[in-house]
Amino acid sequence: MSPVARKKLGKFALNGAGIAVFLFAVFPVYWMVSTAFKPNDQIFTTDFIPFPSPPSLDHVERVFTKGVAGHPIWQFLINSAIVALSTVLIGAVFALLAATAVSRFRFRFRTSFLILLLIVQMVPAEALLIPLFVMARRLGLADQLLGLVVLNVGLTLPFSIWMLRTFVAAVPKELEEAAWIDGASRFSTFWRVLFPLVAPGLVATSIFAFITTWNEFVIALTLIGDQGKYTMPIALKFFVGQRSTDWGAIMAASTLMTIPVLIFFLLVQRRMVSGLVAGAVKG
Amino acid sequence: MPSWLIPYALLAPGLLVIAALLLYPLYQMVDMSFHDVRLKNLRAINPVPPEFVGLENYTKIFESDLFWPSLRNTLLFAAAAVALTIVLGTLVGLLLHRLGSKMSMFVIVGVMAAWATPPPAQAIIWKWLFDSDAGIANWALNLLPDWLSNLVFGRADWSGQPWLNEPFTIYLVLTVSVVWASFPFIAVSILAGLKSIPHELYEAAEMDGSGPITTFAKITLPMLKPVYAVLIVLSIIWDFKVFTQLYLLAGGTANREAFNLSLWSYAEAFGGSPKMGLGAAVAVVLTIILLIITFVYVRQIVKTEDVR
Repeated sequence: MSPVARKKLGKFALNGAGIAVFLFAVFPVYWMVSTAFKPNDQIFTTDFIPFPSPPSLDHVERVFTKGVAGHPIWQFLINSAIVALSTVLIGAVFALLAATAVSRFRFRFRTSFLILLLIVQMVPAEALLIPLFVMARRLGLADQLLGLVVLNVGLTLPFSIWMLRTFVAAVPKELEEAAWIDGASRFSTFWRVLFPLVAPGLVATSIFAFITTWNEFVIALTLIGDQGKYTMPIALKFFVGQRSTDWGAIMAASTLMTIPVLIFFLLVQRRMVSGLVAGAVKG
Repeated sequence: MPSWLIPYALLAPGLLVIAALLLYPLYQMVDMSFHDVRLKNLRAINPVPPEFVGLENYTKIFESDLFWPSLRNTLLFAAAAVALTIVLGTLVGLLLHRLGSKMSMFVIVGVMAAWATPPPAQAIIWKWLFDSDAGIANWALNLLPDWLSNLVFGRADWSGQPWLNEPFTIYLVLTVSVVWASFPFIAVSILAGLKSIPHELYEAAEMDGSGPITTFAKITLPMLKPVYAVLIVLSIIWDFKVFTQLYLLAGGTANREAFNLSLWSYAEAFGGSPKMGLGAAVAVVLTIILLIITFVYVRQIVKTEDVR
């Protein structure tokens, strides 16, 4: 084989492998969406039916009208959105203050605090579930969306501070010093100079916290008993348990849960890597 | 406010949240594991203080016939899932590095779909793909020529094969779904690592007549060592505590043989007759294992990041 032919063949093989990886990754998601739009006789078959033909909106309509456990799916989407957005808003304030402290000031226990952050962000909700449940019950937060917000703020905060601190550190200190010299107060220096420059980082960090909270399963599973207060993950779990064979509707509900995350994901994909392995990649 | 106080004032709210919602529960978990905690000890109106039982919860779990199966499931699953994720992620990372920029972007956007799917939806999708009656997995296996299927699996007909009844096949589906969802992160991280390796090193290796395998072993791997250290530890931690996908694939806590440590802890604490002390003891065992692994991660990060 001539070198040119070999090179061409190599390129062909590489692109083929690329397409195989693409299909492996995308097919299950595609299958979820396509099942959601298939009429029942194309779902319950031993044949392979690649596309819904013709696409049917029956299942989507059913999850919006009849819904799950007597509640339209709207209810659970709204519950999830309330919990995730409140967690993000409260968490952002705490994270911004703490991130400013660790990246703008040198003080005793700074290193200890950063190491503490690293350790606690690795302790999973699954392990702390029992004491968190007991605590929420004592505070009267069981069966409350507020309880989910409180616990999710705790679980997402260490990573938010860790990620946000690199964004604060990236803003040149000279800008704040210039504002100081011009006679700005500490607060207005923070608010007018630092905050606008850190805002993009704050958005990225918030999207992370949003996705984590939106997907959160085990805390909601133990804390929420009232079906009207289910979040999407728990509604899905209930749905699968209750109507285990209604795959069209189950897939429609899963698709609805996935869409917001997919959109946010594409927005922050680059930071996804840098947030977790930044130091290791740079080094 | 004196200026030395400012950082502490900024830190206080966040530190309070962490102390109240993570450190205190950590302490409470250990405390509960030494007590017999049941619902009567937790009710709002005159709760009975829980009885101190010393190490009894721990002796109970170590003697339980669920201990070894749960630990084995946890360890074997983590080993299989981490190894497969890292290998597949590395291969895809290397592939992405060699593809043209358009093709590479196309594949990255594709793998993003697997990565972004929320864990509850992941589990439900794979449950559907491996459905015994109408699942696409059984359809695909039936496509194999009979002689091949007989040779490899000892059977030719896959119609109606149930995948989610036996612990072994539950974990098989779980492994596939977890690897599917987590290889993209590894691949994209490895790609970022590969891009940071200076070109000159490869040119020098080529001049010295080094083959592709030697180059990978002598240049790429050593340069990526810090990336791998972090990725492997993160993967171990994520796969060790897997709960959402297992809970949904195994159909809750009914199948005791399919327990791993987190599902077992949950089942003891929130099952029919809640034994929170016992569940807490299982959670302590899980946390100790996780903290040992975390220690490796923290050491690596402290080496590479500026925490001082």
